[in-house]
Amino acid sequence: MLLSLLLQASAGVSTLGTANPVSIGMFFLFVAVTLYITYWAAKKTKTGSEFYAAGRSISGFQNGLALAGDYMSAASFLGIAGMVATKGYDGLIYSIGFLVGWPLIMFLIAEPLRNLGKYTFADVVAFRLRQRPIRIVSSVGSLMTIAFYLIAQMVGAGGLIKTLFGLDYEIAVLVVGCVMTLYVLFGGMIATTWVQIIKAVLLLSGATVLVLLSLSKFDFRPSYLLEAVSTNYGQEMLAPGGYISNPFDALSLGLALMLGTAGLPHILMRFYTVPDAKAARKSVFVATGFIGYFYLLTFLIGFSAMALVGKPAIEGIDKGGNMAALLLAEQTGGTAFLGFIAAVAFATILAVVAGLTLSGASSISHDLYVHVFKNGVSDEKGEIKVAKRATIALGILSILLGLVFKGQNVAFMVGLAFSIAASANFPALLMSIIWKRFTTQGAVWSIATGAALSLILIVLSPTIMVDIMGYEEAIFPLKNPAMVSMSGAFLMGILVSILKPESTAAAKFESEKLRTYLGVGAE
Amino acid sequence: MNQQPRTTHELLESPDFKKLVKQRWSVSLVLTFTMLVVYFGFLLLVAFNKEVLATRIGEYTTLAIPVGLGIILFAWLLTGVYVFWANNKYDTSVENLKNKIQ
Repeated sequence: MLLSLLLQASAGVSTLGTANPVSIGMFFLFVAVTLYITYWAAKKTKTGSEFYAAGRSISGFQNGLALAGDYMSAASFLGIAGMVATKGYDGLIYSIGFLVGWPLIMFLIAEPLRNLGKYTFADVVAFRLRQRPIRIVSSVGSLMTIAFYLIAQMVGAGGLIKTLFGLDYEIAVLVVGCVMTLYVLFGGMIATTWVQIIKAVLLLSGATVLVLLSLSKFDFRPSYLLEAVSTNYGQEMLAPGGYISNPFDALSLGLALMLGTAGLPHILMRFYTVPDAKAARKSVFVATGFIGYFYLLTFLIGFSAMALVGKPAIEGIDKGGNMAALLLAEQTGGTAFLGFIAAVAFATILAVVAGLTLSGASSISHDLYVHVFKNGVSDEKGEIKVAKRATIALGILSILLGLVFKGQNVAFMVGLAFSIAASANFPALLMSIIWKRFTTQGAVWSIATGAALSLILIVLSPTIMVDIMGYEEAIFPLKNPAMVSMSGAFLMGILVSILKPESTAAAKFESEKLRTYLGVGAE
Repeated sequence: MNQQPRTTHELLESPDFKKLVKQRWSVSLVLTFTMLVVYFGFLLLVAFNKEVLATRIGEYTTLAIPVGLGIILFAWLLTGVYVFWANNKYDTSVENLKNKIQ
């Protein structure tokens, strides 16, 4: 349906949705190169540390690019540019929320995480607490975050690829699921990291060229661009509009975006790929710089699309404006450039789902298989075997979920994933690092409360009750539950820990310090 | 200062180590707090006083644009401040302490 709509709206204007030889060629080139890298990586992926953490051989700068690659999804590239193109300045407010979590990762989490853990963030939470209960709840928190993020990505991917290449939704989902499974299955973290780096470079350079081509129409003077926006669509496009109507909504979403970033398992996992805490810190600096630059680009792309392509043409193809960047690419650089940007968007999806799948697989094999079923005794071969089986299972599951949720409104799932990450994963991780008296029970209750509150409250929120189920009013007033669910998780963790102290955990806190702060004994 | 801790326990109890940990969290928490104030301050400004941000500072450019892009730049610079501090001061102290247990 989207396709026919698209053809109607853009007959004779855009070649979007038809098979574009450049984009297909580019895409095959990308898949060929990345599969070759996977083949090369497969030869170097024998041990657990190589499969999960690229043998800790990634440099700080490389990991910074890979982190940026993990974070710059197609949804943020096309979605934020589209939001600016249709709603103006409000799109920038949204992207700022995604950026400001990064400094917090650096100040609070990155180095202790690197020093204390091995492969997953649950390593850190469980470091001085009882392994079994912690591993079970934290893998549930991880897998929930990953599942909702993955569904949003797969459904977005199917729709996007259909619009871009004219390929059937089902085939698109199948292709994405299979190719990314190959990366993870054979190349582990080494392949996933290099796919991420290549994609980040392609995306950043493609977006830079797009901005330069667009600004060339305005004599390279951004003020002329703003003038065009203001005269065509009104000065209000250049100032905050209706994005924040209720301050509590804004604060709650702000918290979810900011602290959720610090609880995303596939982001946290990246810190184990570098050799030490110093490299971990450098990688956050590099990542924040690239992501910030990327949001600057999407802001300019959005306004350029609004001025050059025009709001009605953009909204005619997709109400949310998701095609704004692509229409702009076609208008400024012709069909060949559209093909290039479309292929980059496709590559972006592949890389992001590969990262998610790898972190899901490590949660299953490292947290559940080794620490719950094998009592912490890892036979390396068995663990990798389980990790690979989990990868295949997650690959199949992601394809199935993509098919099941076809045509559903899944936009809320990204917000939900961030809310669970901010409420279930982040509080337990932070308290285990900084608070001596944090206990096993405290962690279990904190994670369970954060996850349960996020899920229950999102169902009762206007996001689902009003927007999806069509009720007049929602039981819970906030669109994103993070403010309540995260506070609940912190409160529960603190209360339970104080009421039932765990002396062994508190005693280990002191000796753990040597590793946390000096890196002595870090893996 | 002249006492040389030999066991890890003595090291953990040494004033130098305690100072290191305290300093690390003071720097981290001050930077975290700065980021929170800037970001949530911006959100509150958007929520309660949009008009200020809509003020024109150029022919068409509004105050909102440099403020928004400025926050992105500020967030990045803040990570730079931390890296600069950690690479120079923190790592040096860590090296000194590590030498004492070897």
